[in-house]
Amino acid sequence: MKKIHIVLLVLVAAAIAVLISFLKTATTYDTVDTAVSKPGTFVHLMARLDKSQPVEYDALKDPNYLAFTAVDTLGKSVKVIYHNPKPENFEISERLVLKGKYADGIFDCQSIQTKCPSKYKDDMKAAQNNIQKSETKSEY
Amino acid sequence: MDYIGEHLLPGQLGHFFVVLSLVASLVATFAYFKSTLSKQTADSGYWKKLARYAFIIEAISVFAIFAILFYIIHSHLFEYHYAWKHSSLSLEFKYMLACFWEGQEGSFLLWSFWHCILGLVLIKTTKQWEGPVMTVVSFAQFCLATMIAGIYFFGEKLGSNPFTLLRDSGVLDNAPALHVNFDISQSLRPDYMSTIKDGNDLNPLLQNYWMVIHPPVLFLGFASTLVPFAFIIAGLWTKKFAEVLKPALPWSLFSLAVLGVGIMMGAKWAYESLTFGGYWAWDPVENASLVPWLILVAGVHTLLIYKHSGHSLRSTYLFLILSFIFVLYSTFLTRSGILGEASVHAFTDLGMNGQLYLLLYVFTWLPAFLTATTFNQRLSTGITGIVLLLASNFINAPAIAFLTILAGLGFLIYQIQKQVPTINKEESGNSREFWMFIGSLVFFLSAMVIISKTSLPVINKIFNVKLAAPEDEEMAYNQIQIFVAIIIGVLTAITQYLKYKSTTGQAFWKKIWLPTAISVVLASLVLAFGNINYDKHGAGYLGAIWLAVACSVYAIVANAAYIWLGMKGNLKLSGGSISHFGFGLVLLGILLSSAKKEILSYNTSGIAIDFGTESKEKAGENLTLVKGLPMKMGKFDVSYLGDSAHPKKQQWYYKINFKSRTDDEEFTLEPNAFVNYKGNEGLMANPDSRHYWDHDVFTYISALPNPEKNQDTATFKSNNVKVGDSIFYSKGYLVLEKLATKDNMPFKGFQPGDKATVASLKIHSFNKTSYTSEPLLINQKGNLIGLPDTIMSESLIVKINNVAEDGARADIGVKESSAILEYVTLKAYKFPFINTLWLGIIITAIGILISMVRRIQVNKLRAES
Repeated sequence: MKKIHIVLLVLVAAAIAVLISFLKTATTYDTVDTAVSKPGTFVHLMARLDKSQPVEYDALKDPNYLAFTAVDTLGKSVKVIYHNPKPENFEISERLVLKGKYADGIFDCQSIQTKCPSKYKDDMKAAQNNIQKSETKSEY
Repeated sequence: MDYIGEHLLPGQLGHFFVVLSLVASLVATFAYFKSTLSKQTADSGYWKKLARYAFIIEAISVFAIFAILFYIIHSHLFEYHYAWKHSSLSLEFKYMLACFWEGQEGSFLLWSFWHCILGLVLIKTTKQWEGPVMTVVSFAQFCLATMIAGIYFFGEKLGSNPFTLLRDSGVLDNAPALHVNFDISQSLRPDYMSTIKDGNDLNPLLQNYWMVIHPPVLFLGFASTLVPFAFIIAGLWTKKFAEVLKPALPWSLFSLAVLGVGIMMGAKWAYESLTFGGYWAWDPVENASLVPWLILVAGVHTLLIYKHSGHSLRSTYLFLILSFIFVLYSTFLTRSGILGEASVHAFTDLGMNGQLYLLLYVFTWLPAFLTATTFNQRLSTGITGIVLLLASNFINAPAIAFLTILAGLGFLIYQIQKQVPTINKEESGNSREFWMFIGSLVFFLSAMVIISKTSLPVINKIFNVKLAAPEDEEMAYNQIQIFVAIIIGVLTAITQYLKYKSTTGQAFWKKIWLPTAISVVLASLVLAFGNINYDKHGAGYLGAIWLAVACSVYAIVANAAYIWLGMKGNLKLSGGSISHFGFGLVLLGILLSSAKKEILSYNTSGIAIDFGTESKEKAGENLTLVKGLPMKMGKFDVSYLGDSAHPKKQQWYYKINFKSRTDDEEFTLEPNAFVNYKGNEGLMANPDSRHYWDHDVFTYISALPNPEKNQDTATFKSNNVKVGDSIFYSKGYLVLEKLATKDNMPFKGFQPGDKATVASLKIHSFNKTSYTSEPLLINQKGNLIGLPDTIMSESLIVKINNVAEDGARADIGVKESSAILEYVTLKAYKFPFINTLWLGIIITAIGILISMVRRIQVNKLRAES
């Protein structure tokens, strides 16, 4: 066996080992129930903002404290705390990907990804906005 | 029906050219294919001539499509969906190009545009390789043309036409106001255009000058990876395995330089325009462009090995093919919408997944098809390919679709193994080629590891699982790539000092001892005085960072030294050393800027409460600045001076003043933000930074008061006090110092007999500042009119409700309101040595281009002699 083949084997083995260990650290997408069932485990909680509950954020009191209630598609909800300001499109977002851990009744969130409604709906809404705007303009 | 105010001609013309380019590229492909197969010179010449005409027509069509679409955007013809969706009346001219390639169609056009330019250059320069190489290029052009065709083919929509009218795009279907009788089941009103006043505009985050220049360069990079691929296919097809590498080398170098610069321009854009606080986040979109580049690096190095030693021919073939295949795979990943949750900024799904998959499929099977040695073999490969494609179409299982792609690659690798010659002699352990090959392998495997991790959403689809990224996604990449940096750093440093075939120890040590010694000293100095103490991930990781820093210093020094020690200072011959020197700087810049990044806005929560350094209260990374009230941030006193608005857009610029407490450094940054922009909610922030030679101060707005929601709901609290009493509020207390009644006030309408009471209040804030306030109460014949006073920085409003008869007591109303406050919340970073990275990239690219020029000259000289 050539030296180069030995090196090749070692490096490929290393790459495979890296990938396997990566898969082991991979986390999961969860609902409120499954996230609550494994406290302390890092999960991607798929939910949306519960607009019937208050959103607490006051940059003057604490710019690094956002608290709100998230509700998933099954209707289960959980209180979420996020140590950052509101992400953009937070309130109109159709879906939130909340990365964090559940513990003691609270989902402690490290990052929030907002997902806008699908592009077509977006277009429609924008179109309607534009139309409304131009209509109000023409009334003057 | 005729609609009023539409301009249909540009669109019709545009669509004509779209179809023409589709047909012309198909003709060019077929004609080049025939000219390559044909054994007779005359016959071959005939087909070649036809093919050239077809390709030139195709190029002209693409240029025309480009020009027409730009005209539509520039003239604000919002009857076209593309212009309506991506541009607006207020869009500055410089961003018209940026919005051109914001959409999928425009970016496919850009790609196609570069293929045309490259194709024309290839026709001019490639001589005997024109037939096979241009077959591949023309075919790629055909595939790209289908992406913007927008025609129906057996009931399947093929591509997305950039000239689709707004009224045909479905956007207006549910807007009753635009339909006859306000009924959406009826047709559109003939004058619907009179209500379409403005477009949706370019995404604010893309309104940055880097977005004008980064996509063209990146797509030139993507497009240029086709050329080495086409040469390799030409080699496999014509069985001239070695000859084809001569012209392939300068093209590979060109691609390497352009793609590398294009990727890093994107990084610079992210740094200047996005707010994740850096230039690289291992986002799938970034990874997908990096991976082909890494494979190309491997391919260029194995190609050089082959040129000098005859080894690594097969790996060169494999790497150069894969680099293009991975461009296509990246295209699939970023444009199909499969990334979904995993990426922040992939393209939106246009419902073209099938077509994108097909693109990838065709280009894995095409080489296998062309490579076949006999007609029968070619036929059976072709049939297998088509059968598998149909199978994956009808059996709707992602695993099958994936396996059929792998099968195509398997076929190709089998053909390479079988046909491409190899040397059985073993490389010697002290030869340059041995270590270069290891370096290439490390690059390739690093690319495979990165793309596997990035493909998690694909893995989910194939195995029907629901895996998500690890907790610390960036760390998952960094902890592996740091070792790649270490290995590559050392190899980059020493390999040039080795000779091809074999090196004597004496010669090697004689040259390398000096740069090694210098590196040891320099690296020790950097580590000793550089304060690199990034301990977030433990001592082991910090150790790896230290080692990597040392290795990159070694790479920098050894390659700079080699220009003199090895090349006697001849820069024209030193392209390799120059680019390796630059690459060392890139590594060092990445390591230092990431490991030494500081969050300046680190603060305990709240603006008025100082928890002290020992407090366990969780510190946040955002800081709120009230207008006019300086806050401590690192060595700076930072204050929010005010804002100014963009004349046409809902965009505000915030003046943030930084004043050093230790020296007389003072500057003002103006980060800006789009607020509630075009259907978005909240703010989209653009950072601003102050550049120094050794670091950047970088800040962006992370929250603003919401004027609609911050309505003043606070109420006045009344306090019955006498002179000398104190009233407390949340951030301090007030003392009523004096009450004075006057008969005369310089007010309009103040009549004789009226009385005015002035209360002098001293306000002591907990942050050790004090203010005075003088609210008034005017008594106009029993009618009380209060004139409150506002203390902005304390968000206090004070007024006099009533004054006692004797004038010694008063009822003072105190209100704390957040609505009156002007403030911004921001985040600020310090990035040290970020310029090392940018400089390194420029030097690397220059080095590669020097090598390219040199290789072109050598090829010319050979051809002449």
